[in-house]
Amino acid sequence: MSYIIDRRLNAKKKSTVNRQRFLRRYKEHIKRAVEDAIHDRSIIDMERGSEVSIPSRDISEPVFHHGNGGVRQRVFPGNKEFVEGDEIRRPSGGGGGGGSGQGQASNQGEGEDEFTFNISQEEFLDFMFEDLELPYLVRKKLKDATQFETRRAGFSSHGSPEKLHIVRSLRAAHARRIALAGKGESRKEIRALRKELWVLEAKPISDETRLKMAELREQIQKLEKSAKRLPFIDDFDLRYNNLVKVPVPSSKAVMFCLMDVSGSMTQSVKDMAKRFFILLYLFLQRNYKQIEVVFVRHHTHAKEVDEQEFFYSRETGGTIVSSALNLSADIIDARYSPAEWNIYVAQASDGDNWDGDSANCRQLLSKRILPKTQYYAYVEITSGPQQNLWYEYEQVRTEYPDQFAMQQIREASDIYPVFRKLFEKRTENVA
Amino acid sequence: MKKKKQPISTGSEWTFELIETYDREIARVARDFGLDTYPNQIEVITSEQMMDAYASIGMPLNYNHWSFGKQFVDTEQNYRRGRMGLAYEIVINSDPCIAYLMEENTMTMQALVIAHACYGHNSFFKGNYLFRTWTDASAIIDYLLFARNYIRQCEERYGVDEVEEILDSCHALMNYGVNRYKRPQPLTAAEEKERQRQREEYIQRHLNQLWQTIPRREESGDIEAQRFPSEPEENILYFIEKNAPLLEPWQREVIRIVRKLAQYFYPQKQTQVMNEGWACFWHYTLLHQLYDEGLVTDGFMMEFLHSHSSVVYQPPFDSPWFSGINPYTLGYNMMQDIRRICEKPTPEDREWFPDIAGSDWKVTLDQAMRNYKDESFILQFLSPRLIRELKLFTLVDNAEHPNLKVSSIHNEMGYKRIREDMAANYNLGNREPNIQVYNVNVRGDRSLTLRHFMHNSQPLGESTEEVLKHLHRLWGFDIHLESVQPDGTVAKRYECPKSNALEVI
Repeated sequence: MSYIIDRRLNAKKKSTVNRQRFLRRYKEHIKRAVEDAIHDRSIIDMERGSEVSIPSRDISEPVFHHGNGGVRQRVFPGNKEFVEGDEIRRPSGGGGGGGSGQGQASNQGEGEDEFTFNISQEEFLDFMFEDLELPYLVRKKLKDATQFETRRAGFSSHGSPEKLHIVRSLRAAHARRIALAGKGESRKEIRALRKELWVLEAKPISDETRLKMAELREQIQKLEKSAKRLPFIDDFDLRYNNLVKVPVPSSKAVMFCLMDVSGSMTQSVKDMAKRFFILLYLFLQRNYKQIEVVFVRHHTHAKEVDEQEFFYSRETGGTIVSSALNLSADIIDARYSPAEWNIYVAQASDGDNWDGDSANCRQLLSKRILPKTQYYAYVEITSGPQQNLWYEYEQVRTEYPDQFAMQQIREASDIYPVFRKLFEKRTENVA
Repeated sequence: MKKKKQPISTGSEWTFELIETYDREIARVARDFGLDTYPNQIEVITSEQMMDAYASIGMPLNYNHWSFGKQFVDTEQNYRRGRMGLAYEIVINSDPCIAYLMEENTMTMQALVIAHACYGHNSFFKGNYLFRTWTDASAIIDYLLFARNYIRQCEERYGVDEVEEILDSCHALMNYGVNRYKRPQPLTAAEEKERQRQREEYIQRHLNQLWQTIPRREESGDIEAQRFPSEPEENILYFIEKNAPLLEPWQREVIRIVRKLAQYFYPQKQTQVMNEGWACFWHYTLLHQLYDEGLVTDGFMMEFLHSHSSVVYQPPFDSPWFSGINPYTLGYNMMQDIRRICEKPTPEDREWFPDIAGSDWKVTLDQAMRNYKDESFILQFLSPRLIRELKLFTLVDNAEHPNLKVSSIHNEMGYKRIREDMAANYNLGNREPNIQVYNVNVRGDRSLTLRHFMHNSQPLGESTEEVLKHLHRLWGFDIHLESVQPDGTVAKRYECPKSNALEVI
């Protein structure tokens, strides 16, 4: 007696809970692995999972078992040349020496030093962004703060009584009555027949009239019956106002990426700037439902470009930073009203600027840009001493300490710590 | 000569109708051979579900624990990277007997799995005395459900971490949570729930008496000589469940659950060779019977034999693939050998096995399957001929000598000794250190003393300290472990927490 059951469509993720328990237990290891990955890996790879290695010492489940030593007798197959009494040199490690007979030690992976597994992209990013928050995020309630707006969306045949649309309902009933019975034909007919009947009733009674009257009465009755069978208004005539809820993203964000692409920016500097932007963008992507990104690059002129051009096309020339700031301010004025948008600006540069321009930049920042933005992050990618732009920006920082952050990056490995520092939880400020 | 029948299938694709037909035919043949089985529940699953099943030690449901997650992650990794294939089947000792078939298998493999699991393993579960004694096939699924719900409730009430700690500690001692000599009461989920509350109460009351702090003066003379427990207790988890002073009632219940599961798996550990050998013998015999009747094609047989021979292949000891004796090889060959001894005994067999040589092989095999475990089965039935075939030899590894010594080979002098050595290799008592609860300092610091009775002066492994920490967590007071030589001298002492650590504080 056998039952054959197809279980293939049953739930697959039976082990999910156990897997999560496992990840939870080894959180520290995984976090370390994620941070290493961020340091080492090219930023383009960020959108995938990561490999995590945990020393198997930390992960093993201890049991009582026999250690090395003592006397062991083990039976082996495949004897070729041994005779009784032969002596063999003890093999170093593994093989015949260790193990407690047929114990389960072998599938616990004792030979391996690391227990390696993969975490998914989702998990990777979660670990990467843990403890991070955008400044003023709390105030704006960015995450999951979807508001709804009620909008009319035509009519429906179902609904609650208070949404009943009377005119539409009656119009539908009328149409139905016409469709089923003709346009009042039957009532007109009844009226005509009644008139005829009255005329006959007024007349002296004869066999002929009596017969006619009976016939007329029967006809009237029949017509009235069918007219009655047709209800004035029916369930399916009812029409209701149809209202739908449309999600209104309460927090839209726009991120301005400003980058110097002048001749002084070497490829490796650009590469680092790129990492900074992508990290910021990935982070915003996770926190805002709707984000727009504006790429502004500049040398002596600023230009709004698309992502591809921003990161990958090459330009040369001098450097006037204020041109980019001006353009950004113009774009904000034209397209991104601060009432509707959370504005974030990230600027990357090597610190070079035309000498007379730096003071100009400070003016622009404190007058036109910072009053409208949530946050302005500036990274200077240079290993040399700071130049005048840095000192001007320091003044801005003292003026807007909560909104303006700046940081110097020397090596590729500095990027992630900078990123964390810039967007650390600012709970104490909020409180 | 009988007329050849139409083969059941010719292609490699399987369908549910075909599985049903094969199952019916195999069942018929199995019945003719006299196999007695539980009803079968054959479930077709995907590879992902197979990995899930792996992770929960093959059971269809189990409580949640990170170690199962680790197992799953590991299996998934290895499978995805192509480092290992998944087993073709998993079979569960339950009534009805649940067997999982992977959807990736070909029709031949499905038939092989049905013969192997649904009729081989199944009849073994139903017939072998260890399974009959220690497991209750009809109740296990219910019990697992109870365990899972109970542990989930505990997690809700006391927190995941709290429960995880207890489970970790229990898992570390799982091998020491089995009764070896007593028949446990059959458990049903309903009863279990019923009695669980009573048990809580009873244990608490019992404990209060045990831990009464007021000393009784008049007994002080010979109290030193009395130990608690009066006889050493080998079921450490049981002892802790009943006697640990500080545990909450729910923690005792969790220990009990782990103990019950350990008990359920205990027979499988002791009958690996027999169980697999029996299943391999029968899939071989049953499918050959189908072939003889013309129900399967030559192609089917080629594919089947290919899988079969790779399953029962034994790499020699010096091969890079060698990882101990393959239980499938040993078991299968021994089963075939018994059949041969019954059917075509040689003078040698008549001398070695006078009582089975020439008897009815079906009866003899059935008796062997029912009444033995690996150790006794090998001791009873490993024949000189098989020892020669497998070219078995014994190596003595004495840590005091620089060299390994070949103590026996497959010759006239060696057969008996190899047979004994092989049986000893499968003796769980030799494989796992023999550790027992020896004494509790009831009147003093409540410390628990365990004794490790050394076998062949083998010391304990390096994870001992870790296990003692777990034991300490459960017991709540100091733990001492002594490795004792057969002559009564203590070879090594362990303690947890370490006394020098205490001095620092």
